[in-house]
Amino acid sequence: MSDKKVWQDLETGMELPPATSLGYRTGGWRILRPVYDPANCIHCMICVSYCPDMAIPVTQTEEGVAGKGGKIFKGVVRWQTDLAYCKGCGICAHECPTKCITMVREEEAEQAACKP
Amino acid sequence: MPTLQDIALKTSGSAAKLVSGHRMCAGCGIPVVLKEVLAASDKPVIVINATGCLEVTTAVYPYTAWNTPWMHLTFENAAAVAAGIEAAYKSLKHRGKINGEVNILAVGGDGGTYDIGFQALSGALERYHRFMYLVYDNEGYMNTGNQRSGATPFGASTSTVPAGKVSPGKPQWRKNLVEIAAAHRIPYVGQSAVHNTLDVFKKAQKGFSADGPAVLAVLQPCTTNWSFDSALTMQYSRLAVETNFWPLYEIENGIVHITSKPTNRKPIEDFLKGQTRFKHLFRPENQHVIVEMQEMIDDEWDRLVKLEASGVRF
Repeated sequence: MSDKKVWQDLETGMELPPATSLGYRTGGWRILRPVYDPANCIHCMICVSYCPDMAIPVTQTEEGVAGKGGKIFKGVVRWQTDLAYCKGCGICAHECPTKCITMVREEEAEQAACKP
Repeated sequence: MPTLQDIALKTSGSAAKLVSGHRMCAGCGIPVVLKEVLAASDKPVIVINATGCLEVTTAVYPYTAWNTPWMHLTFENAAAVAAGIEAAYKSLKHRGKINGEVNILAVGGDGGTYDIGFQALSGALERYHRFMYLVYDNEGYMNTGNQRSGATPFGASTSTVPAGKVSPGKPQWRKNLVEIAAAHRIPYVGQSAVHNTLDVFKKAQKGFSADGPAVLAVLQPCTTNWSFDSALTMQYSRLAVETNFWPLYEIENGIVHITSKPTNRKPIEDFLKGQTRFKHLFRPENQHVIVEMQEMIDDEWDRLVKLEASGVRF
């Protein structure tokens, strides 16, 4: 054994680029779809912090968006749920203080969206 | 004072250290725990992950849901490797090869912490490495089909301690990991629950800034094996705290502090109701198990309140 290896010669272990799971859409698991009504939302961020799939996008806005009672909400606001990743667990609808999210059967939501 | 708005910003978009596309069950609280804890670090985080639900669902080749350096290990040695990484980091820094600060976070489920990884954890705490150990506690080996662990509560029916005509479920009370960790005389030990975002966040901040090892245990109801509707994960976590089944407290430099005191302690039945693993307890012949459970919970709570009031170092 003249070619004895030292640990520095060993191959490095498995490396993956970060966050590749964004390419794996878990939305297909969904049975119930969260239907979000921005007109009743107070942007409290409870649904965002509880979402296990990080499927509720948020941005910081100075202009603000209209929410419950026509009030303009500034700062951090949420947008429509990203259906590519939402698994439809329903935590957001259950925890929402203003009940502005309702869970609808996926096929019904799909049909409603197709109506002219 | 942190707000939900700050945390929401830190856990979404390109700032997120754990991203969408992971394969945890719908309604699982584990990613929520991780979001809360990772957001609490103001420095880059190295995550060391023992085998468990979190590991098998976030790193399915060729996908990874991690947007931060992450390493998978066997069940046994998350704490040992975290200790090694901390030592290597200190050495590299001492020799001027790297600069900058990092936080080191070891994560395990209750199986990988209370049982299998316990020896490595105890060793790393005793050697006083500067890292935080996070345990997401779903009270059993949920990834492999609900086998009992050291964290499974008294009276729960699991696949290895099934309830039936003779047995009313697990006959032993659970281990108290928080107090065991505190007995290592480490600077910070906390116990929190997934529904209380700000509590987890604040405890994680304290853990990360501790000058030595820290342990954080977070309750995480398992929708699959506790068998409840996936929308109720946070509800069960909240009930666990409101019934004093899982008190929120911390032991900072030996001083006990209860961070949330329920004004009206709810009866334990409120928490047990609707969970398949406790269904058998509602049969008439098993009523005594619930009574015994309630007594134990009240005893434990009294002891905790007295410990806090005494101000004696743990």
